[in-house]
Amino acid sequence: MQKLLLGDEAIAQGALDAGISGVYAYPGTPSTEITEYIQHSAQAAEGNVHRQWSANEKTAMEAAVGMSYAGKRALVCMKHVGMNVAADSFMNVAITGANGGLVILAADDPSMHSSQNEQDSRYFGKFAFTPVFEPATQQEAYDMTRAAFDFSEKYGVPVLMRVTTRLAHSRSGVKTFEARKQNELHLPKNPKQFILLPAIARKQYAQLLEKQPAIINASENSPFNQYFDGEDKSLGIIASGIGFNYLMENYKDGKCPHPVLKISQYPLPISLIRKLTQECSRILVIEEGYPLIEEQLRGLLDNTLKINGRLDNVLPRMGELNPNLVAKALGMDAMMDVCIPDIVAARPPALCVGCPHIDSYNALNEAIAKYGQGRVFSDIGCYTLGALPPYNAIYTCVDMGASITMAKGAADAGLKPTVAVIGDSTFTHSGMTSLLDCVIEKTNITVMILDNSTTGMTGGQDSHAFGRLENICLGLGVEKEHIRILKPLKPQHAVNTQIIAQELEYNGVSVIIPTRECIQTMARRMKAPKQAQD
Amino acid sequence: MKTDIILAGVGGQGILSIATVIGNAAVRQGLYLKQAEVHGMSQRGGDVQSNLRLSDSLIYSDLIPYGKADLVISIEPMESLRYLPMLSPTGWVVTNTTPFINIPNYPKEDVLMQTIDKLPRKIAIDADKIAKEAGSARSANMVILGAATPFLNMDFSEIERSVAEIFGKKGENIVNLNLKCLQLGREFAININK
Repeated sequence: MQKLLLGDEAIAQGALDAGISGVYAYPGTPSTEITEYIQHSAQAAEGNVHRQWSANEKTAMEAAVGMSYAGKRALVCMKHVGMNVAADSFMNVAITGANGGLVILAADDPSMHSSQNEQDSRYFGKFAFTPVFEPATQQEAYDMTRAAFDFSEKYGVPVLMRVTTRLAHSRSGVKTFEARKQNELHLPKNPKQFILLPAIARKQYAQLLEKQPAIINASENSPFNQYFDGEDKSLGIIASGIGFNYLMENYKDGKCPHPVLKISQYPLPISLIRKLTQECSRILVIEEGYPLIEEQLRGLLDNTLKINGRLDNVLPRMGELNPNLVAKALGMDAMMDVCIPDIVAARPPALCVGCPHIDSYNALNEAIAKYGQGRVFSDIGCYTLGALPPYNAIYTCVDMGASITMAKGAADAGLKPTVAVIGDSTFTHSGMTSLLDCVIEKTNITVMILDNSTTGMTGGQDSHAFGRLENICLGLGVEKEHIRILKPLKPQHAVNTQIIAQELEYNGVSVIIPTRECIQTMARRMKAPKQAQD
Repeated sequence: MKTDIILAGVGGQGILSIATVIGNAAVRQGLYLKQAEVHGMSQRGGDVQSNLRLSDSLIYSDLIPYGKADLVISIEPMESLRYLPMLSPTGWVVTNTTPFINIPNYPKEDVLMQTIDKLPRKIAIDADKIAKEAGSARSANMVILGAATPFLNMDFSEIERSVAEIFGKKGENIVNLNLKCLQLGREFAININK
């Protein structure tokens, strides 16, 4: 059956048809739609597939590992930077191996459309000796997700699936196949498999290394790694993932005259690469993300082969590829000059009209003005847009939860006062332990938890913090009289400014919680019953 | 046959419902389709676009190469100009003339309209006004889609059928309003080209 699916949705449907018993994830662009698709799927509901959001990527990964331990298939999804949060679990589950099929999906964001960096998750695969599947099309996203679960169980290893924004958020026809049943509960044959005591971990690690030749062999014979012969051997091309699409776009009917090796499964298929390098006098490497393949081909001394790619600027060193950049690398005439008429003004993203963060920032800006600039540490979410005019309210945005701990470090250094601005969902993702550090040391800090009761930037997913913020802060040891709840509305501006000013004066930990629902989720909520009436 | 379309607008204006209608019709006719969308941060009032590619043969790239788009369909006049570098030398621009102003440095409207007027192949249509007069202010995107239908290499009846299918859940009244807006947009484009 043919369905029109986003790359993300194809992965979700592939996982459902592979018989997963659970998906675990924290929302993050461009991965969010995978879990949302499963949450809305009747097939998932019927199979009672676990599909609630997790507190963060690490808790998601660990729960998925637990499901794999119990013998069932689990999918865990995150954006690329989520891999950093989950890395402890990811690196170690490589050593334990999987019992039920375990697939980790990392969605990378080259060109940083919605992210703070463009790290390439394929390096995590290499780092952990974990095979990486990198689909080029929506159909492959579906097929490879199914294949990845089978692979995981066949070799007893987790599999990392890597996609990038362009595939995650592009739609195409996908042919789906009959769903496989979910696994029965079954514990690992070796009861010590998941006990990483050093003595056991050494054995497990040795086993993982022993498996590598078989896993490389699987790459060399994978239907997803294809060698296309070509007459003109003056150039051989290695194209990975969606790099392959941009290559073929430049030839009528995809008829490239040069030999092409399409790579979608790692570790790298060494004998296929050797064949290409022996046949061709020059190699062009087209890969989306960092030059992972190219660096390995060049090696440390880079003196064996004539190689072109991102490292010699035949393709740009950073940013997303496109058909034109690849055409230029192929020596074709390509339109590179993108001149937008002068009359067109930039239209950057902005806080929505009526957004509660606007009122919070207006009050904060007024209260902190007398202390001077550079004292507000922020975090990852819609409120990061407070960095832009007219607010110019924040000075940092580094990683999930960093607002509180960076403000603490700056306070430790003597900056006074310091303010952290963090969203409700980001706070329960990674801010609670930071706040505990502050409470233990009675740091002079004012933490503003902007509570819009949702995970806003990714489209309004449920927040773990909902209805719990005050009790969490009390439980962590924040003094009751220094937990201040505000209503971020225009008529309250003077009162809110005064409360923030008071807490900035306090020499200890204050938590201010401006609480008002996200304007987007509210609009959706208001609309819902009306539609039902239609 | 190949039709490469850039859909443009501002986050929240609903360019994706245009894509859904065209996509539905394309798939029913057995065409290949790729449609790259923008999700995430840029949706918050920023400029958004979608690359919609239709073809009777396999499509490789999710992105349209620069200078190769057959059509720019824009729900917002300034946004239609942002994607001119994507347009082929023989391509058409179909744009709404009602501006969406959420930035302080939005260009002067008369200068903007003069720039659009100078485009060699364009349909500039006040879709908001037409939709409002038709009794459905929220269907401006269907007016624009209607104005774009002469350039889609597709039977108009197929587009109508898709509108009926997609809005079917919302009842006959909504379907008819959307079909009316679609028809008005199409008539505008055909008449202006006579």
